[in-house]
Formats: sequence, structure tokens, C-alpha cells
Amino acid sequence: MLEALMHLEFEPFVLSFKLAGITTLILFALSLPLSWYLSQSKSKSKPFLEALTALPIVLPPSVLGFYILVVLSHNSPVGAFFDEYFGIKMVFNFTGLVVASCFYSLPFMVQPLQGGFESLNKNMLEASYIAGKSKLETIFRVALPNMKPALLTALIITFAHTVGEFGVVLMVGGSIEGETKVASVAIYEMVEIMDYTTAHLYSGIMVIISFLVLLGVYLFNHSQNKKIGKF
Amino acid sequence: MMAININKKLHGSSGEMLLDIDLHIKEGDFVALAGESGSGKTTLLRILAGLEEAKGSIKVANESWQDAKICLKPQSRGIGFVFQDYALFPNMTIEENLLFVAKDKALASHLLEVTGLESLKDRMPNTLSGGQQQRVSLCRALMNRPKLLLMDEPLSALDPAMRTKLQHEILALHKEFGTTTIMVSHDPSEIYRLANRVVVLKQGKISKDGSAKEVLLQTSGSQKFTFEGELLDLLTSDVVTIAVVAIGQQLVEVVLTQSQSQSLVVGQRVRVSTKAFAPILTQE
Repeated sequence: MLEALMHLEFEPFVLSFKLAGITTLILFALSLPLSWYLSQSKSKSKPFLEALTALPIVLPPSVLGFYILVVLSHNSPVGAFFDEYFGIKMVFNFTGLVVASCFYSLPFMVQPLQGGFESLNKNMLEASYIAGKSKLETIFRVALPNMKPALLTALIITFAHTVGEFGVVLMVGGSIEGETKVASVAIYEMVEIMDYTTAHLYSGIMVIISFLVLLGVYLFNHSQNKKIGKF
Repeated sequence: MMAININKKLHGSSGEMLLDIDLHIKEGDFVALAGESGSGKTTLLRILAGLEEAKGSIKVANESWQDAKICLKPQSRGIGFVFQDYALFPNMTIEENLLFVAKDKALASHLLEVTGLESLKDRMPNTLSGGQQQRVSLCRALMNRPKLLLMDEPLSALDPAMRTKLQHEILALHKEFGTTTIMVSHDPSEIYRLANRVVVLKQGKISKDGSAKEVLLQTSGSQKFTFEGELLDLLTSDVVTIAVVAIGQQLVEVVLTQSQSQSLVVGQRVRVSTKAFAPILTQE
């Protein structure tokens, strides 16, 4: 077992965390305006947008993966456009994984942020507007600093959820060594070729890392709630 | 000079209601907005601040804040607003709360000194008492030297002693900064102490408008004393009936003949008045 650990290939983990990191950054930038809009809007289109955003939670990853494949493959207009003008192929490579992950993890970023924005004292935000501050400045200097637990939850859960994805990744990326073979796919392959030792090691590492990440989030939220005297 | 002429449909607890206000306010006035809850006071304040939309026009000095074409955002009106729940920024210290509005350290320390908060300037808002937090909120509202200061029941969450203290501070700052101030308040003594004009709203319309004395003092005719209160109890003893009436925070007993008491119902609003020829005022 120890020897197996010494010779363990860590590339799938590196790939998983790289994918999760990039996805989290992109999603944070995209979700900030969306979740702010959803939290402040009284428009009739809001439930429609909310349902659309939450869709990846309930859809089987294969459905999501299938549509992404259809839309991004070089046979489709979108895929052909990117291939022709930017020279980017969107499926069975890392770029495709990032695009797929952004769809797959969107609700995990949007929902905590929206909840955080909604829980803020409206008068506090209005006090900032009256003080002459724009919406953007209010979001960064007043809103976000006063919802750190929600912010952290959004970032960490999105990261962790992307590390944990399997179905979408397999469909859109396949299992190309060093390109799309992330940890979850690597474990699946180890089980398929009955290399249980490696599968055990990979899985064990995943459990430990995931637990530590979540523990960190909960410890932080607990201390924050104590600090601002919410509970 | 401030000219307000606005209307807005409101969906209140008692059904639909039209807020329809035509009001002119002199520069430097301290106006109290009174009236039952749901009469549109807070909405009027929020419309003036630009936080809510309405039809009509608002003109301040020679500047149009709202007319058929434009509606200035709250950011561009340069007002001060004091919320009932203080609405401080919990992530900033007291001093940072003030400096957030304007980077004017001298003004911030002056305001904190006037309100006796200087020693607390590095504390976080959540560690302060309600009265202290409301003082910070008042200071913050004055940081951009507003022409117009709006206050939405600023003192209603505080105890009576703290209220009196803050009333003096509000009045002192109103005079020092020369602001036009509009304050929503329910407390007659507070209004009398602070405001030189009282506007009473009822169902979205102005029902009374005048000096605090004209609007609030309810004595009329030959009666020298009149207090409004709630009839709490009617106690019959022998030939007389004793009525227990709650006036403000105080309970008083009034002796009635049985015929007088027959038409009274416990719980109703009553007026206690007397023709006092020589009232006695004793110090507490």
C-alpha cells in the first residue's frame, strides 16, 4: 500500500483542482451580477430565471452533458464558430470541461450569494446609496463584507462541487491523460480495470480533502456568526 | 424653499389609498410628520430621498429633483437619512461609518465630539447600545453636510431618558448645520420640543398643518386642561363610579356619577378635562 502511494499519479488531482479553481473564478464573476439582480428584483421574470438557474441541481448530469456536447461539438454552429474564429475546440479537452463545469456548478454559486444578498438589511444598502455610493461600490464595500459566511459558502461549495463532478466531465471530456482525466474519472477507471489499491487511495484522498474543506467552511461560519452576534 | 407635489397609489393594510401631498417647506425649518401608522409618512420620506418612485415634482431651492422628465437618484440628492433601525455598516468601525460618506476627518471628529462618542470611534457598531448607535447614524447622516435631513422615527426604539438627550443633540445639530429637517414622529413632547411646524397625515392626505402649539395643544373653549386617554376600568362604589384612565404612561382616577358612567365603555378613547383655575406645578 505504501509503495503504491509512493508511485501514485497525482495528475488527476492537479487537474481536478485546476478545473475547480478556474470554474469558481469564472462563476463568481458571472454570478455576482446575476445573484444581485435576483435578490433585488421584483420582476415577473424572476421565478423563470430562478428555475433556469436551479436546473443543473435536478437534471441528471448525462442530460446536461449531452446538451453541452450537442451545442459545443464542431458540427454545431456554436462549436464551429469557436473553432473557425478562435481556433478553440470545445469538446474532449480542458476548455470543454471548464464550460461544462460552469453550467453544472452555476446554482451552487448563485443560490448562496442570492441568499446572502437577500438577508442584508435593506436600509443599510439604502444608507449607502444616500451616502452617494453607486450600486457597484455598495456591493463591494457594504454588501459582500457583511455576508462573509454566504460568500465563503458560495466559493467553497462551488469549488468542492466541481471537484466532485463525474458524469458531465466524462461525457464532455472523456478520459484523456493530463487533459480531461480528473480524479473522479480516474477512480472510475481504476475500478473498471480492478486496480482496487489505487482506487482506494484516490477515494481516500478525496474523502479527506472534501471533509477538511467543509470543516473549514463550517468552522469559519460559526466564528463569523459569533463575531457579528447573529446567534 | 422646497416644493413638493407628489402622488402615489399605495396598497396599505386598509386597502388601496392615494398618497397625495402638496407641501411647501421653508429653508431651515424643522418639520415633524405625524399621523397614524399606514398614513403614508414613511413613504413620503422615502420618495423625498429618491428611494421610491412617485408621480409629480420635487423642487429644492432652484434644483429640480423630480419632474415629468427627470428623477434624481438617491446618490445625487445630497441628503442625510436617519433610519429607525440605525442601518449602520457592521463591517466598519464607528469612525469608518462616518468616513464612508465623506473623507472629512475633521468633520467626523467634530460630530463624534458633539455627540460624546469620541472614545468609541474605533469600536464596531454591534458593541454599542441603541442610543449610541442612533447617535452614530445621526452623525453619519450629517457627514455630507446635507441641505435636507430626513429622519424616520429616529428615537422610537429608545428609552425616554435617552430620547430627551438625543432630542437636544438633534436640535443642536439641526441649528449648527442649518439643515431643513423632516422627522417622522409620534411623540407629542418630542414634536413640541423640536419642530416649528407639524404636518399631520391621514389616509395619504395632509389633515392638519401648523405650529406645534396649534396642532398639538388640544385645549379648547373654557377648558384649561385636556388629556386624551384610554378608559381602562369602571369601578362602582356606593353612589359614585371611579373611572381609571391611562394617559400616556400614567394612570389616573376620575370620579363620576352613575349617570355619567352609563354611556361609557371600557376600552374607548376618552378625554379628561378640567377647568383648573390654579394648577399646581411641583418639581420632581
